[in-house]
Amino acid sequence: MPTVGVKRDLLFKALGRTYTDEEFDELCFEFGLELDEITSEKEIISREQGDSKASGASDIILYKIDVPANRYDLLCLEGLVRGLQVFKNKLEAPRYRRVSPVNGEPQKLIITKETAAVRPFAVAAVLRNITFTQERYDSFIELQEKLHQNICRKRSLVAIGTHDLDTISGPFTYTAKAPGDICFRPLNQTKEYTATQLMSLYKTDSHLRHYLHIIEDKPVYPVIYDSNGIVLSMPPIINGDHSKITLKTKNVFIECTATDVTKAKIVLDMMVTMFSEYSVSVQHCFVLCPPDSESTEKIAQLLTRMCLRSRATGVGDEIEVEIPPTRSDVIHACDIMEDAAVAYGFNNITRTTPRTYTVAHQFPLNKLTELLRQDLAAAGFTEALNFALCSQEDIADKLGKKISETKAAHISNPKTAEFQVARTTLLPGLLKTIAANRKMPLPLKLFEISDVVLQDETKDVGARNSRRFCAVYYNKSPGFEVIHGLLDRTMQLLDVKSARGEGYHIQAADDPTFFPGRCAEIFVQGKSVGRLGVLHPDVINRFELTMPCSALEMDVEPFL
Amino acid sequence: MADTGVVEALLRRVEKVDDGVDSLEVATSLELDHQVIVGAVKSLQAVGDVISAELRSSKHWELTDEGREIAEHGSHEARVFGSIPVEGLPQSELMKLSFGKIGFSKAMSNKWIRLDKAHEGGPRIFRTVESIEDQVREKLLLLQKGNASQLEEKEKNELKKRKLLSEVTVKTYWIMKGNSFSTTVTKQETELTAEMITNGSWKEKKFKPYNFEAMGVAPDCGHLHPLMKVRTQFRQIFLEMGFTEMPTNNFIESSFWNFDSLFQPQQHPARDQHDTFFLSDPALAHDFPQDYLERVKKVHSEGGFGSQGYKYDWKIEEAKKNILRTHTTAVSARMLYKLAQQKFTPVKYFSIDRVFRNETLDATHLAEFHQIEGVVADYGLTLGDLMGVLHQFFTKLGLKKWVEVGNSGIFRPEMLLPMGLPEDVSVIAWGLSLERPTMIKYGINNIRELVGHKVNLQMVYDKCGWTDFTFRM
Repeated sequence: MPTVGVKRDLLFKALGRTYTDEEFDELCFEFGLELDEITSEKEIISREQGDSKASGASDIILYKIDVPANRYDLLCLEGLVRGLQVFKNKLEAPRYRRVSPVNGEPQKLIITKETAAVRPFAVAAVLRNITFTQERYDSFIELQEKLHQNICRKRSLVAIGTHDLDTISGPFTYTAKAPGDICFRPLNQTKEYTATQLMSLYKTDSHLRHYLHIIEDKPVYPVIYDSNGIVLSMPPIINGDHSKITLKTKNVFIECTATDVTKAKIVLDMMVTMFSEYSVSVQHCFVLCPPDSESTEKIAQLLTRMCLRSRATGVGDEIEVEIPPTRSDVIHACDIMEDAAVAYGFNNITRTTPRTYTVAHQFPLNKLTELLRQDLAAAGFTEALNFALCSQEDIADKLGKKISETKAAHISNPKTAEFQVARTTLLPGLLKTIAANRKMPLPLKLFEISDVVLQDETKDVGARNSRRFCAVYYNKSPGFEVIHGLLDRTMQLLDVKSARGEGYHIQAADDPTFFPGRCAEIFVQGKSVGRLGVLHPDVINRFELTMPCSALEMDVEPFL
Repeated sequence: MADTGVVEALLRRVEKVDDGVDSLEVATSLELDHQVIVGAVKSLQAVGDVISAELRSSKHWELTDEGREIAEHGSHEARVFGSIPVEGLPQSELMKLSFGKIGFSKAMSNKWIRLDKAHEGGPRIFRTVESIEDQVREKLLLLQKGNASQLEEKEKNELKKRKLLSEVTVKTYWIMKGNSFSTTVTKQETELTAEMITNGSWKEKKFKPYNFEAMGVAPDCGHLHPLMKVRTQFRQIFLEMGFTEMPTNNFIESSFWNFDSLFQPQQHPARDQHDTFFLSDPALAHDFPQDYLERVKKVHSEGGFGSQGYKYDWKIEEAKKNILRTHTTAVSARMLYKLAQQKFTPVKYFSIDRVFRNETLDATHLAEFHQIEGVVADYGLTLGDLMGVLHQFFTKLGLKKWVEVGNSGIFRPEMLLPMGLPEDVSVIAWGLSLERPTMIKYGINNIRELVGHKVNLQMVYDKCGWTDFTFRM
């Protein structure tokens, strides 16, 4: 969910009244938004970088509002205010209209075939007679940034360029050239660079370096020229300095270049409609919507409050709904119904109980797990709860095993070593829990029943979960008999007798995790289900422990 | 119990007087340390009403070590005066004496002695008066005899400043006979024994009272993890409401079931590397239901089932990518697809299991958490039904601010119809995290205190209260 930060006082000014924090929270809720946080720039900086950095920062109150991911029309102050005003019946739902310039032809953007190799689509529009103030200008830039981060997928799908139309002249050409052949003065730079130079210049730019990879290894880079050969932009990286917009800009040329034309159109519509109140307008389609129990007229009214101009057609229960270009999220009649429900107010909907008759079943594995957990706690062991993700070292090196033998599933994009693999054993988690609780009185008796993940070619995803039971005993003496006793008790609970063949038995085994001669394999009806023993001193040391420790780990699923 | 001899000696003293005695006086007369008597008083108090003792505190003056030395040998200045013969003494000789330095300056200021710096053979000291009166010593002697009242406060403070005297507070007991006074004390038993029960001797014995203010000994027991206890409660609520548990024991899921089948577009931010854990091994899933996959592809890229679709180039490569599931709804999708392959019967499903997000971690976000999910599929379910079920669910839970802990909704037709579910079947669903309500319930602010190996086991031992969850219908 994107979060939009707006200055509270500006918001109230635009809404034409003030609200208490509680009242505004309530309004957001009714409209399907969430007032996430009330803060200030100063507070944010102070929280993230410390008080010293925050001195001098603005302490104007900011509202952070959570907006649904597909409501791009609410990503800026202008859109938010418009939505709320229409919702509160203070404003009529706007109808956007595309207009031709008063004198002369519309502007043209010519797309050449070279762009197919890198970024094949482009759309453009002009906002005329706009009046910027500092706040509007900031909001305009902020909206571009929000769109870039969300629907534009960090400029990879769509990149927006905005230009002062009065500094350039059409028709414009969108083409692609070899990086060495593109040369211009980029935004906020004092001299000209070739595209190749720019790419190395921006390698260290904290903001722009994140976008370089989008075109970096392409043979040609996209570029937009005006009729005099002036570079407007080299999307999706940077605009030219020549056409940059300022507070004095009256006419704005907006271009969106893209790898996804549907998204490009949405983004362009959004840029144009959000700022049309300071300028001009555009227009779009309609869908039919079958109503529920409310009268068609009432529903039409509700929809209109949500900026969806509607009217009952008089043919049966049909309602005609106009979808403005701002509402690219409406793709099915159900989206219109959702808006009708929001406008009606979820809390005004009568609660009913479905008559669905069903008999409940527990998932057998979970049922067994629940029963076992209760009895293991009754046996004096305390339940731990550890992460399913861990480092390779945890499940291999530290236990004296090779990672290749573990059958572990590997994660390709872990942010830290803690998330390299899904665990294949519960033991490391329990040992880490003990290490974090060394100050607790001894003995420590812990258990966990949870899933590990193992590669399994027979599954569609190539891996499966396996439910395990693991217990450890940590004290001044190894206490193998304690862990062994817990195994006996567990088998008693599972109705398995101590006997070779039909029942369970344990027999000496070699395992690098355990102290030589102090490890046994557990067999149930002749099949191995796990191991128990006294941990190897090297294992104990690697988990930063100092005392002897005995452990048991076994599969639970064979007992179903 | 204090020494019986001391206790009895004390009781005999108390017997002789009707209006009581002071514990310090008793100590002095019995030539015992005061603390021994205090111990005897305390043990008698524990026995019952043998004596009554009132705690009193008094202040009195006591000589310091230096003060006692002066009382014995005289003040430093007097000793300086005394050690100077008529013919005088070289200053260097005097300074060798222990009291020389302090005594010299004091005697000089009292004008008892004089220093002849120009004397042949070095500076020499002579007496200036015939005899002196050592007032300091006399005052200290008075105090030592307990006649403090004969001195003025000012004089006492002067001596205190010279660190010869200190004021001490003494706590003493004023001891009188109690209601059941007796000069002999029977020994009290601490515990009832098997022997006493057998031979009946408990009837004659007196027993030491228990201290009911103390805590008992903690029982030696295992504990269930607080989060798992709350999970048990949620499971119970679902089962009571007739929901069947889904098999969610598959952490690794394909993007197809986790995203595509739920009509989440392939460029959705949630499918980004920054939000989702992708797998390198096993990297790809296979074996998708082919017809269904084609319908999913179509509804994304072209629309259909009343939808305009997202109009983008849907790629099977993206759908094949294995991930750690980001929600248990992936399992709900598999279950609903399975349901659609049979003659439709209404179902109610639930699950509570782990999900994974490759998010930035903070006090309330971990890379993995437990998702609680409820799903109802039936003909003609409405938003009112969703609100009604949610209300019942959260009422059972006893959480009032339920709107803030989760999400709910009706599944989109673009998700359900490609599966093959009948058109008039609606599916309502809701989800929330297990950690959030648990943290609210137990007042935990940092999620790391609740989940993972850094958990404080003492918290696991202590956070076990059931109220809030158990006693609501």
